[in-house]
Amino acid sequence: MLAPPRNWWKPLGRQERNWLLVAFVWCIFMTAMMPLWFFFGRQNVPATTYRVAPESFVAEVNAFVEQYQIGEEQLGSTTLPVVAPPPGDVFLLARQFQWYPILQLERGQTYQLHLSSADVSHGFSLQPTNLNLMVLPGYDYVVTLTPTESGEFSVVCNEYCFYGHHLMVGKIIVQD
Amino acid sequence: MGKQVAGFESRTCPVTRYVVDLASERLIIVNAVSAIVFLLIGGIIALLLALTRWQAIHLLPSVWYYRLVTAHGISMLVAWIVFFEVAGLYFGSTVMLNARHVSPGLGWVAWVLMAVGGLMAAFAVLLGPLVGLEPSDVMFTAYVPLKAHPLFYLGVVLFAVGALIAVGLFFANLVVARRERRYEGSLPLVVYGLLTAAIIATYTLLQGAIAFVPALLWSLNLLPSYDPAVYRNFFWGFGHPAQQINLAAMVAVWYALASITTGAAPLNEKLSRLAFILYLFFINLGSAHHLLVDPGPGFVWKVFNTSYGMYLAVLGSLIHAFSIPAALEVALRKKGFNRGLFEWLRKGPWREPGFAALVISMFIFGWIGGVTGVTMGTEQINMIQHNTLRVPGHFHATVVSGTTIAFMGLTYYLIPLIFRRELKFKNLATWQPYIYGAGMVLVSLGMITAGIQGVPRRHWDIGFALAGGPSVFPGTVNLSLAVLGLGAIIAVTGGAMFMIVVLSSVLFGTKREASSLMLVATDREPTLIAAVEDDHPAPRGAFALVIIFLIYFVTFYLANWWLLGRAWGVG
Repeated sequence: MLAPPRNWWKPLGRQERNWLLVAFVWCIFMTAMMPLWFFFGRQNVPATTYRVAPESFVAEVNAFVEQYQIGEEQLGSTTLPVVAPPPGDVFLLARQFQWYPILQLERGQTYQLHLSSADVSHGFSLQPTNLNLMVLPGYDYVVTLTPTESGEFSVVCNEYCFYGHHLMVGKIIVQD
Repeated sequence: MGKQVAGFESRTCPVTRYVVDLASERLIIVNAVSAIVFLLIGGIIALLLALTRWQAIHLLPSVWYYRLVTAHGISMLVAWIVFFEVAGLYFGSTVMLNARHVSPGLGWVAWVLMAVGGLMAAFAVLLGPLVGLEPSDVMFTAYVPLKAHPLFYLGVVLFAVGALIAVGLFFANLVVARRERRYEGSLPLVVYGLLTAAIIATYTLLQGAIAFVPALLWSLNLLPSYDPAVYRNFFWGFGHPAQQINLAAMVAVWYALASITTGAAPLNEKLSRLAFILYLFFINLGSAHHLLVDPGPGFVWKVFNTSYGMYLAVLGSLIHAFSIPAALEVALRKKGFNRGLFEWLRKGPWREPGFAALVISMFIFGWIGGVTGVTMGTEQINMIQHNTLRVPGHFHATVVSGTTIAFMGLTYYLIPLIFRRELKFKNLATWQPYIYGAGMVLVSLGMITAGIQGVPRRHWDIGFALAGGPSVFPGTVNLSLAVLGLGAIIAVTGGAMFMIVVLSSVLFGTKREASSLMLVATDREPTLIAAVEDDHPAPRGAFALVIIFLIYFVTFYLANWWLLGRAWGVG
């Protein structure tokens, strides 16, 4: 609280020096973890992005649905197409207030999942594996995704997208 | 010192011997009171929100939930915190230096801008729709293309301009105080910390203008479009350092509370000042941690920035995490509490509100807030956390517990020292940090455990009743949300205790000059010193504490990598 004398520069005490060293080593370790995981981990943040006009992305999604639709399913008060594409490019559209379409994938196969929005920003939240990514209008975010379990999984929207935000829940089916 | 200087109406504090500029004192008071008013509003809203997220209660209807989350964010993160910080900046640059405020008139202009701006934004959110304006239910973050009414953006911009003026006045006060030789020696460390906060505040507020002025123009249809990714980048270039202002200011307040309640002084000015300098250089890089799972930026950009440049800003916090307990330890050991590693801590003045506030603030900030924050900001780990309730769990531990408890603690001392009133309900003040702290721990843990299970933030109904009720989350999330709800009730009780003590003292407390630094534990009145002597007792207890903390930090951090490893393959 009081002004110290001008010559406050003095050597570190033993505990200060030791803590500074330990803390610094920890900082270096944490810095190294991210590149290490980049090379050796199975879960990394996708980095492929394209600019896309929302209308164009919607058209791509509609073409994709038309090509691979195998049926329909009721989710709440909405009927959504169920689409079973082969491994490769698959599309998921976020819009107020649904995830379109329902994807049916195969466990162990790798897909290039294209995420974008027709209107405002949404949040792709795959449960229960708890993978979360941003979905922005104008940007096609390409996610290399490999389902490691089979069953039915929910896609929750976790980026507030106005009053119907809590209506947005989609589905991904994974078959063995 | 203690002399009346021409053009400078002042008094001398009987306890600290500071020469207090009366015009500055009036500004400190008006900003502190404004802060408390917005804290009160935000706190009431907080209870309503928590009782809505607690699904068993689910109090508010959906639109009002989203509306009040927006209002809560503005009231707390913008108004409460910044008004208090402005009061602190004036205090640090005038009272603590026996100096004058260079332009009280401009200080009042700043206050008017901040008050009008804050009220304007609050009006747009809460009352706008009721008088026919387009709703501004866009959250404090207002992510484009969600569009609020222009008054929302204008309010935030006016507030920011006012705050920028106040920050400018802080710098001017420091320059003039030095030029007029109002103090001998270097800036007290507390003021040095506030200086770091003010420098960060300058570029923060300018960045806020860069983000919000185009948004304002866009909302007036004067700008045809605003790229959502660009807005997010600009917003977080403002929004994240805004939190680091709170961090630097909180740390400055920690050093102040340590001094006031135990007579502690920094053991090594060089080390503590270095830690603040690390903040200055590296802290803004961390804005990237809000954009880790955004399309656009690549791996190198995300990793370098989210690490604050090799975690050097985190190193700054780790230094303070040791230095402040070490300073306390030395001060208390010198008073005779010298047995073993921790007698000094056990025999600390725990009845004294400022000491309790200091320790509880540090504990929650470090053990819950800091650890979760660094972990969440790890590029890949962010994928299992982004936009889940873990995020508010983290920042309710940092700013709502850490910064707010520290600021509340300091407020108690402002009452006799600046407001010059007797503190009423001293027993409530003694207990308040404990109750508020306990409540906030439960709030944070409730949020964090819910978020680990995937529960989203800013979401009205995770039971998805209106969407056909698919069962998405395990039943255990209801336990987490109940803990959040109960914790909020306890925390709001602690907040109410704070309000009772502060408002009744300020409005009805006996007007009298302060007679001691300590409010409750007057038998432990400390002596303020400018520097610690070279042969001080060694802070072995503080060292043990930070080592234990580090072991816990490492464990938590590695556990999260393990959690990530169980997710689907993604890249």
